[in-house]
Amino acid sequence: MDIVLQQLVNGLTLGSVYGLIAIGYTMVYGIIGMINFAHGDVYMVSAYITAIAIALLTFFGIESFPIIIIGTLFLTVAVTGAYGWVIERIAYRPLRNSSRLSVLISAIGMSLILQNYVQLSQGANQQGVPTLLTGAIRFTVGDGFVQITYMKLLILFISLLGMGVLTYVIQKTKLGRMCRATQQDRKMASILGIDTDKVISTVFVIGAMMAALAGVLVTLDYGAFDFYVGFIIGIKAFTAAVLGGIGSLPGAMLGGLILGLSEALFAGLISSDYKDVFSFSLLVLILIIRPSGLLGKPEVEKV
Amino acid sequence: MSQSVGINFKKSSIDALVAGFLALILFGPIVGVLLDGYGFSAEFGRVAWMVAIVVVGRFVMSCFFQTEKGVAMAFRYANNDEGATVLSPNHKSKMVWIIPLVILVGLLVPFVASKYVLTVVILGLIYVLLGLGLNIVVGLAGLLDLGFVGFYAIGAYGLALGYENLGLGFWSMLPIAALLAAFAGAILGFPVLRMHGDYLAIVTLGFGEIIRLILTNWASFTHGPNGVSAPLPTLFGLEFKRRSKDGETFHEFFNLPYDSAYKYMFIYLILFAVVWAVLFIKHRLVKMPIGRAWEALREDEVACRSLGLNHVLVKLSAFMLGASTGGLAGVFFATYQGFVNPSSFTFFESALILAIVVLGGMGSTLGVVIAAFCLTVLPEMLREFAEYRVLMFGILMVVMMIWKPRGIVRVTRTGFAARKGAVK
Amino acid sequence: MSQENILKVENLVMHFGGIKALNDVTFDIKRGSVSALIGPNGAGKTTVFNCLTGFYKATGGKIVLSAAGKETSIIKVLGEPFQVSDFFSPIAFFGRLKYKMFGGSHLVNRAGLSRTFQNIRLFKEMSVVENLLVAQHMRVNRSLISGILNTKAYQKSEEEALERVFYWLGVVDLVDSANRLAGELSYGQQRRLEIARAMCTNPEIVCLDEPAAGLNPSETEALTKMIRVLRDEHNTTVLLIEHDMGMVMDISDYIVVLDHGEVIAKGGPDDIKNNPKVIAAYLGAEEDEEVTL
Repeated sequence: MDIVLQQLVNGLTLGSVYGLIAIGYTMVYGIIGMINFAHGDVYMVSAYITAIAIALLTFFGIESFPIIIIGTLFLTVAVTGAYGWVIERIAYRPLRNSSRLSVLISAIGMSLILQNYVQLSQGANQQGVPTLLTGAIRFTVGDGFVQITYMKLLILFISLLGMGVLTYVIQKTKLGRMCRATQQDRKMASILGIDTDKVISTVFVIGAMMAALAGVLVTLDYGAFDFYVGFIIGIKAFTAAVLGGIGSLPGAMLGGLILGLSEALFAGLISSDYKDVFSFSLLVLILIIRPSGLLGKPEVEKV
Repeated sequence: MSQSVGINFKKSSIDALVAGFLALILFGPIVGVLLDGYGFSAEFGRVAWMVAIVVVGRFVMSCFFQTEKGVAMAFRYANNDEGATVLSPNHKSKMVWIIPLVILVGLLVPFVASKYVLTVVILGLIYVLLGLGLNIVVGLAGLLDLGFVGFYAIGAYGLALGYENLGLGFWSMLPIAALLAAFAGAILGFPVLRMHGDYLAIVTLGFGEIIRLILTNWASFTHGPNGVSAPLPTLFGLEFKRRSKDGETFHEFFNLPYDSAYKYMFIYLILFAVVWAVLFIKHRLVKMPIGRAWEALREDEVACRSLGLNHVLVKLSAFMLGASTGGLAGVFFATYQGFVNPSSFTFFESALILAIVVLGGMGSTLGVVIAAFCLTVLPEMLREFAEYRVLMFGILMVVMMIWKPRGIVRVTRTGFAARKGAVK
Repeated sequence: MSQENILKVENLVMHFGGIKALNDVTFDIKRGSVSALIGPNGAGKTTVFNCLTGFYKATGGKIVLSAAGKETSIIKVLGEPFQVSDFFSPIAFFGRLKYKMFGGSHLVNRAGLSRTFQNIRLFKEMSVVENLLVAQHMRVNRSLISGILNTKAYQKSEEEALERVFYWLGVVDLVDSANRLAGELSYGQQRRLEIARAMCTNPEIVCLDEPAAGLNPSETEALTKMIRVLRDEHNTTVLLIEHDMGMVMDISDYIVVLDHGEVIAKGGPDDIKNNPKVIAAYLGAEEDEEVTL
């Protein structure tokens, strides 16, 4: 019983992180109909920047936890956002009118470039960050107990905040209206005077920023990372996006939570060695049973 | 716009400065601050170099695209309309002369080359096989398969585990591994191939990784990261070892001194024959109804369905044939190494094979063969640049897709002589 | 075939989400006729077409194609959802499972119906001949073994396929362009090639989606002749969507008029010309106003 509850708590935080990364996939897919293969590696880059930001801030003698976390978040989100913009500019924009296959391959190339670039500049070894926030709340359940660390609470809080802000931006602001218009019909939007190239860039930047949030939170919680972490988490976040219905923003968040919870339960109750196999099988199953996902609209083929 | 002649240096300078600023933001933290435990060491020199390269590069590019030549080039790129060429019906290919020559040279290689060169060439041929397999899937059928290494692993582990558990040797595993890989391709492909093409890419990406995870974690069967040893091929029962438990060995039978080069020579000759067989089959397939259907499907799936083609099964056939070629290559890899472990089957391997196909040109057989040798033999020669290999592949993929998405070798299509029409 | 009607459409209904694109459409197409489906823009003509050819799965109703010696229910071959009763009857279950797994619009073509597209869909990077060879995929020798070994039977089958290709190229007047890429052809040539490609699948009924769109008057006239050849020399039933009223009235034996997803009139060209409902639908005019089509 206590294991189940503990795994539910872990799954909730894991799921909110998946949700954050899935937003990047789902928004890019919604707007240009492409899977951004380099997105997992954007997350990886943000993990490195997190560690660098913490190292820099402590070097300059800052020791108060709130300042470090806010500073790290700010730096990481800003720099990762710039990465998102540049990736779109180099690997996607020149291929706007090419075949889908070309864009996919170029995105794969970008993903390789990012991995190798980080590996070459930071070395292949695993890196880490010091534990900054300790302590936990404990509840006694039966014979055992359930533990919620403060870090997990922070993850939940910040990811919910991030999703909330993003939902507000997309639903209520002019920028969000432009994004939604471009998603509906790119040609028409550009006829109405929307700079669709700029909107697409913005979407890449937003996606990268959300991945950066996830990168900071996971790195602070988990501590260790290497240049390869983006790969598996990228596939899982994509699974979350498909589960929720690719192209749908609330779907990405919902899909992330469901995937995180079910994966945590699988890992806790059945086998943690095969939890990645589980998530992947889930992806194939969704594609067979309901390719449009939970909240997505079924695709109507244009003949 | 009449003032197109003359370079606006002010604009170029601004371009260069913006690019430099951006490069500073991007490279600053990752390149400039080298993590070292929880501390760091500053490496500002590297950042300065990279930013300088970006600034100068952007400036030169900006200036170049304002010259007449640059404008012409940009225009050519914008109208990038490089289709295929249809050959005239009575076109005679020069290959009729080149192929026998290549076969002759190829047969001589094992007897003149040193053992080291031979092993490099074997590796090159294995990648030719892999490239041909993936070329059917990506180049002809237009399906992006990012888990090709999974089928390669199935072939390699098939040989090693088949030998260990069932006592099957090289010759029986060669066809079985091809079938196994094709079967795995069918299981994976059938549910996914009816979807949008992008899903296939990510599902195969996951598949490659899952195969590796299972090979690593299922220690009781696969021995985990320690790997399994794989048998050598035999020549009519003669083994290529120094000593054989049962029966004679090759060097004893022919009264030769033992030399480990014999086994590589033998592997090379089998591999050489298999590569030619696959080349021939692929050459025929392209001209056959199934090959035409693959290409048609790449061009327009909806139209194919309106013509009575079952798009799922046609795609599946390409996927399975590609997978089985990957399985064959895996068997050769295992026997050549004498040993397999999961670290040979990472995503980078898939990326390398994809790079071969991309560089060689989708659908072009000759291009793939050349690219396979370039991308496997060159890194062997230039060992000191080994760590830049993946970076190069990545850049290659992006640049090729922007510059020449159909590859360097121009695709040609068969022409047909006109004849009297008839309906029966 | 004794059956008089090659295609029977009964109570066809098609909804996209909440939008009712088709509302109870019923008509029959006679074997060997040239029939036209007309109506103002947005009347649902292309939706009917896509339902007939299996690209949309109709929400309700029946479409029965009597060709190739059997009756085919077009909605069934696309794969219907499972019913509760299926789980008690294995035969029905496996029948449905078969169409769920292997069904799809390609089966409609194999049942004897082929089509062209409003926005031309050729294999642009393949040659003209290859376009027509792909269309014969189901008729040629597809055995992998005999193809790789290049056996006599395989060569004969390919030769026959090429003869058919050049026959149809002759009909659509494209023999000179046989070895060009399909994407390089002019617009009119591409339209004709698409019709030839549809005919290469040996259909009993061919559905042409706006074949005259974008053609000049002389090309339209040539097209009219070609359609007559299809009907008279090949016994093919032709169903077309067209906006060029002159051509429709000239060529059709039977016309179905759609408006707002419903059939408002059907009959011969003369009936339709004088049908007040049709005139009203096209011009939004009062019924007593004088309008000539």
